[in-house]
Amino acid sequence: MQRLRSKGRVNITKALMVAALAVGFGAMSSSYAANEKFVLISHAPDSDSWWNTIKNAIKQAGEDFNVSVDYRNPPNGDLADMSRLVEQAAARHYDGVIVSIADFSVLKKSVESVTAKKIPLVTINSGTQKQSEELGAIMHVGQPEYDAGHGAGEKAKAAGIKSFLCVNHYATNPSSFERCRGFADAIGVDYKKATLDAGQDPTGIESKVSAYLRNNPGTQAVLALGPDSAAPSLRALQKMGLKGKTWFATFDLSDEIAKGIKDGSVQFAIDQQPYLQGYIPVAVLAIMAQDKITDVAAIQAKLKANPKFQARLAEYGLAPIYGPRHISSGPGYITKDNLDKVLKYAGQYR
Amino acid sequence: MNSSSAHADKLSADGSGPAQQNVAPKDERVRKEGSLKRFLGRPEFASLAGAILVFIVFGIAAGDSGMFNLDGVINWMQVAAYLGLISIGACVLMIAGEFDLSIGSMIGFAGMMVAIPTVYFHWPFWLAVMFAFAGSMALGWLNGYLVVKTRLPSFIVTLAFMFILRGLTLALSIMFANRTIVSGVGDLAAQDWLGSWLFTGNLGSGLFHWMAAQGWIATAANGQPLVGGIPKVIVWWLVLALGASFVLARTRFGNWIFAVGGDANAAKNVGVPVKRVKTSLFVFTAFCACLFAVLQVADVGSAAADRGLQKEFEAIIAAVIGGALLTGGYGSVIGACFGALIFGVVQIGITYTNLNSDWFRVFLGVMLLVAVLFNNYVRRRVTEAR
Repeated sequence: MQRLRSKGRVNITKALMVAALAVGFGAMSSSYAANEKFVLISHAPDSDSWWNTIKNAIKQAGEDFNVSVDYRNPPNGDLADMSRLVEQAAARHYDGVIVSIADFSVLKKSVESVTAKKIPLVTINSGTQKQSEELGAIMHVGQPEYDAGHGAGEKAKAAGIKSFLCVNHYATNPSSFERCRGFADAIGVDYKKATLDAGQDPTGIESKVSAYLRNNPGTQAVLALGPDSAAPSLRALQKMGLKGKTWFATFDLSDEIAKGIKDGSVQFAIDQQPYLQGYIPVAVLAIMAQDKITDVAAIQAKLKANPKFQARLAEYGLAPIYGPRHISSGPGYITKDNLDKVLKYAGQYR
Repeated sequence: MNSSSAHADKLSADGSGPAQQNVAPKDERVRKEGSLKRFLGRPEFASLAGAILVFIVFGIAAGDSGMFNLDGVINWMQVAAYLGLISIGACVLMIAGEFDLSIGSMIGFAGMMVAIPTVYFHWPFWLAVMFAFAGSMALGWLNGYLVVKTRLPSFIVTLAFMFILRGLTLALSIMFANRTIVSGVGDLAAQDWLGSWLFTGNLGSGLFHWMAAQGWIATAANGQPLVGGIPKVIVWWLVLALGASFVLARTRFGNWIFAVGGDANAAKNVGVPVKRVKTSLFVFTAFCACLFAVLQVADVGSAAADRGLQKEFEAIIAAVIGGALLTGGYGSVIGACFGALIFGVVQIGITYTNLNSDWFRVFLGVMLLVAVLFNNYVRRRVTEAR
């Protein structure tokens, strides 16, 4: 008797739980009918706020092109988990997949499961255009390091700069030197003599920069590779009385750099415009699916002619760089003129 | 004596007196139990029911999304298999009444022990794997030795090692390789005799190619099957699960594990080598973590300083869903495997629904709470009704 009663209760609880979970699922899964389903898989952990801009971008691109875009990431930033997510995207048979090339050798295997199913692929953010082509992607949307350095160098050349110092705070990453090399090529000097492996420690960076400038008093310009090397370099210039006199540019933005742009001691900051790394891939995949075109030049033409896309660019003050195959999200330049707009949208759309 | 694998009351007398009945009272220890009740009383029952429940839920929510196609199944099975490896280690250790919080850090450390010698010292892959197993198991032994010697709770000792190993992984990889991600191991592993035999590639690829040729399973555009076989990690998981279950249920050492977890003093008094049992289980847990690391490095081709973050908690959660008690003396490896399966299905399954992945952890937490409550409820009902 007792056994029967208890068994009955267990069954009732089980039935209730099934019902509750099923109802929960039904309520939570949004069932609006979008035409295509895309997914963007990043390598960033949940704690990385830089990707918020990209999350907002894919949402807006989804609205503009009437598609739905999922954002997926490994919660702890573990690349092994990321490769599982890429395989999952292939199994779910999305209409298009967007991945950041965090580590080529990790992704090579899992991306094959996407391309084997003939699912269109766009790569973004880190990685090179060459790796993107090897993975079989339609295009790469990122900021090529050499081009970014070269673009900044051309601006320096226009200002009459003939010598510079490149302050590299993450020399452990070989691609960081590409930025220095691009800048040096643009103004026509040898990058090896002009590059300083400054290390991570702010005090160390500051003293190394002062020492270099004392030994090379004719140095006209300083290029910092990020906020971590920009702030100590600016301090070194200030203590030597060179702040505002030496031409100064940096990658990325921070509060100190924004102040420097305002008071004129920093010419500009190079911005990789992450919004475009979210928006453009979704737009490209949507155009491919909706207009049935596979030719990259035709896709790009369609994209440029899209009024909704142009409106977004104007609103946030963004400018992509169109190549024959790949579209670069950067370099964009943050100067006195557009600083206010950038600060207004910082962390959301810029 | 019931013949289930739950030896919880093997050493302590059953509290309830003989039932007052009109017939001649029989000794209650040899009374017949219904097979259903015996099944309900098994520690893995709740996780089995939970697994069925999860499958039903995802069958409703994501049935037509490709989650249950062959490549989808292999995908979440791999997630479950990786977690299953370490949850088996965590579960056996928990049955013995101890705890290991250094599993996740051990994964990162062991991965580096494989990758750095292979890539930077040009050791053959098999040698690096041997080195990693020897190193991790030595660290596991040190964990066990410290717990047994100092009589500190294993929670504290292994918490210390969680930090020590994570820190060492970072510091040593910077020292030797000057980077926190060491890649380029994948091809070396695939070319190595031990690597290709045990760790890389798939099992039964010939069978899968034949099935693809018959048109039974999906193929890619080039005629290759989408799934080239059973990934080695799934095979390892099954082998380890069967092996550990056999040891627990059928060997003297298995009885010792339950005895040590049930009451260490009583076990010592009847001649069980408590210290040796506990130490060897810490070594086994480290072995499981290293196996996880070697398989992962061979699969993704790189080791990183942040591999295995928080995996110790996932392993413990899987063991708890599988019916293991935090106090020791009760649990089952099969249950832990179902716990890992639930975890893998939920983690990947959620991406098949239209849920925003921001909600993943919330959903997972609720899911786990429900599973464990259900577990406890069933166990109480069954043990009360004796």
